[in-house]
Amino acid sequence: MRIAMLSARLWAVLVVAAGLLSGCGYNQIQVNDEAVNAAWSEVLNQYKRRADLVPNLVAVVQGYAAHEKAVLTDVTRARAGVAGIQATPELVNDAEAFAKFQKAQAQLSGALSRLLVVSERYPDLKANANFRDLQAQVEGTENRITVARQRYIKAVQEFNVGVRTFPNNLTAMAFSYKPKVNFAVEDEKAMATPPTINFGAPAKPVN
Amino acid sequence: MSRPERLELEGDVYGGGFFFSAPLRLCGEYSADLNVLLYFLRLCACITLLAAVSAWAGDGLVAVPSLSARVTDLTGTLDAGQRAALEDRLAAFEKEKGSQIALLMLPSTKPETIEQYGIRVAEAWKVGRKGKDDGVILLVAKDDHKLRIEVGYGLEGGLTDAASKLIIAEIMAPRFKAGDWVGGLSAGVEAIQKVIGVELAPAAVPKKTPGSSGGGFFSSLLSSDDIAGLLVFLVIGLPAFIAHLITGLLGRLPGSAVCGALAGGAIYLLFSYLGGAILVGLVVFCLVFFLVANGAGRGMLSGWSGGSSGGGGFSGWSGGGGGFGGGGASGDW
Repeated sequence: MRIAMLSARLWAVLVVAAGLLSGCGYNQIQVNDEAVNAAWSEVLNQYKRRADLVPNLVAVVQGYAAHEKAVLTDVTRARAGVAGIQATPELVNDAEAFAKFQKAQAQLSGALSRLLVVSERYPDLKANANFRDLQAQVEGTENRITVARQRYIKAVQEFNVGVRTFPNNLTAMAFSYKPKVNFAVEDEKAMATPPTINFGAPAKPVN
Repeated sequence: MSRPERLELEGDVYGGGFFFSAPLRLCGEYSADLNVLLYFLRLCACITLLAAVSAWAGDGLVAVPSLSARVTDLTGTLDAGQRAALEDRLAAFEKEKGSQIALLMLPSTKPETIEQYGIRVAEAWKVGRKGKDDGVILLVAKDDHKLRIEVGYGLEGGLTDAASKLIIAEIMAPRFKAGDWVGGLSAGVEAIQKVIGVELAPAAVPKKTPGSSGGGFFSSLLSSDDIAGLLVFLVIGLPAFIAHLITGLLGRLPGSAVCGALAGGAIYLLFSYLGGAILVGLVVFCLVFFLVANGAGRGMLSGWSGGSSGGGGFSGWSGGGGGFGGGGASGDW
């Protein structure tokens, strides 16, 4: 009888503790954390997709515009730089590695957009069906990256608000959850502009 | 607005004075029912107006119009007949393949790019079936001379970026350039349907449109696996359907109570065990109250609702919950 009472009391304490824990936002932190992970995986996924497109694009452009060496090597180098960084989910928790990864990706974005601008000068290349498909895919992937980044930014914002506000911040402290890194603003600006290809002035044939 | 004299009101039945002071006139010569109905209609009109106005309000961005029909034309380019023809075409395709296609024509997306605006539309409309993500949004910014095909996750394999670009550049842009809006739109829609039709062909199970009852969900389960489906239907579907009928007739709380009482009574009659009967009655009450009554109500409100997509109606067409990730292509003319 006593033992039964004791275990009942133990159960009650456990239930109350569980209730308190979820009341302090522990579960919310878990949910948000997983949302950030998922959003980040999507960002990586789309960056990978772009990196996979690059070799094909370079190969096609090379066939028509082999003497655009500078631009082509830029792209290849940037692609190698991206591939050299281990893109793991843990990257989100390491501000320095995150910044490095972002820089590499931004470099590839810039190099790719220059390549596409340059290719505007070659009518034969532009008429190539393969190139057109690849160009559409690169454009589409750039847009997917933008969308994935936006969603990641939102997820991180939600997570950080959850971790910083009372009383969740106490729970976060107890379980050592820190606010996660988000995309920097200047980086964001730089990213928002280049991917679209300018069909205006610079693309006009010079001859 | 100051409230006009009551004497004036008598003659001004549909005028502005009546419009705003309607709730105060419940004691008038109209029956309360009629008054409430009129009030509701005016409320609807008010909300429509507000929605239309707010399409250009907000934080400097072009607001996403609310989705009420497959074809939304904010530019007034299409006449009623052309719109209906496009609607029919899209509706027929949805019926056959299940994939939802929506069309939005608006003057401009500025200051945003069409891609930025497009993903906002996609996130707001959620066109396409949930889980299949097989929605497509065809977006035309007429004054910007831009158009975009926004492709749901589930169709990215068939309607690839390259295919979308091709449809835009080869099929739609030339017609738009020539000012042939309807031709461009219908040719574009046709091409999209052709491409995703091939993709969807093997899985083209014409899904039973969920009827007006809660049984729709369960009867769709039935078709997936006959024996298990039948069991599920008998154990859950049929009682749920009956519960839905009862709650529909009596209201949510009384209906749930009656269902609980019926179930408890049945248990008591079968096993003559009062405690168990009460327990079962309570469980059934909770189930019906929280799941059946609730779920059925939601199903009726946000269901597919094939008919009446005349536009403007709130119960018109709505997205099925499909997800988008920014796939597709943009172009100009």
